[in-house]
Amino acid sequence: MPYRTDDQETIVAETVTITGHNGDQIRAFYARPSGSGPRPGVVLIHHAPGWDDWYKEATFRFARRGYAAITPNLYERLGHGTVEDVMVLMRAAGGVPDVQVVGDVVASAKYLKAQPSNGKVGVIGSCSGGRHAYLCATQSDEFAAVVDLWGGGVVMKPEDLNDKRPVAPIDLTPSLKIPLLGIFGNEDRGPSPEQVNQHEEALKAQGKQYEFHRYDGAGHGFFYYDRPAYRQEQAVDGWNKTWAFFEQHLA
Amino acid sequence: MCTNIVAPTAIRGAGRGERGWFKMNTALVSYDHPIEMRDEHALNIDFISDVVGERVAVEMDATSARALAAAITEALRLAEEADALV
Repeated sequence: MPYRTDDQETIVAETVTITGHNGDQIRAFYARPSGSGPRPGVVLIHHAPGWDDWYKEATFRFARRGYAAITPNLYERLGHGTVEDVMVLMRAAGGVPDVQVVGDVVASAKYLKAQPSNGKVGVIGSCSGGRHAYLCATQSDEFAAVVDLWGGGVVMKPEDLNDKRPVAPIDLTPSLKIPLLGIFGNEDRGPSPEQVNQHEEALKAQGKQYEFHRYDGAGHGFFYYDRPAYRQEQAVDGWNKTWAFFEQHLA
Repeated sequence: MCTNIVAPTAIRGAGRGERGWFKMNTALVSYDHPIEMRDEHALNIDFISDVVGERVAVEMDATSARALAAAITEALRLAEEADALV
């Protein structure tokens, strides 16, 4: 809910260590309102550039909306440095394996459920994180709702599959059991409008609960206020749809 | 979009980074999101060593990258022609 000027806000935000995929200890940024809860949770899956300011600020934003929110560092095992340095390590490594990302995100959901929780956790990600969010939603029962922000690579060519990305997420659509919100820019090339169509057809054909919103005048990453791709009007509307969707399914 | 297009190349050379010169062993050539340029995608080269943070980064548009590749090839051709290549 939007805040009132007479609200007394106290947000606790900190880096925590959680047990991620394969029992590995990984860092996560965890933010929540102070107090006893219980409250709904949201896991935010960072994009390819890394565990950056935008993701930590978005996590904080969810906390101000009343959620226990967490964003795990999916590049923890690559080493530490500036966000840029670590992104280069990720590129050198050829990305991170899907199975590891899903493991870390599921571990984050379990972490939230071990706190004062209402038992409902949503998952949201953008760019590569949107793709990962869909993978998590189709491969785990820990989530109650999923938001895919312009996830590239949901639709994949067979030749693009590899050891780290062995399955095209669209092929896991039969396993989707939770509501999906998808937000896309019509000028994006990854996912292109055609790929979004293809994804929507699969959802429709299999009777899945979903809503897709596609914005004219917006390309890839139009929520990122620190990039030229930012589109104020579309971003505000997309955020409002995200708030409404999670409120409906996680409250 | 995240292209995941990366072409790493082993090199022997030196680069001048934030902390001075270092021995670099890899040129990580990618065509993906740049950090500094305002373009959605760019040809990026990160010259790196095994030490995290030892790095020289450049970003340029595709036209510039093709011109740079041609200039490198031309300089090497001239060096060969001058019998200066060792």
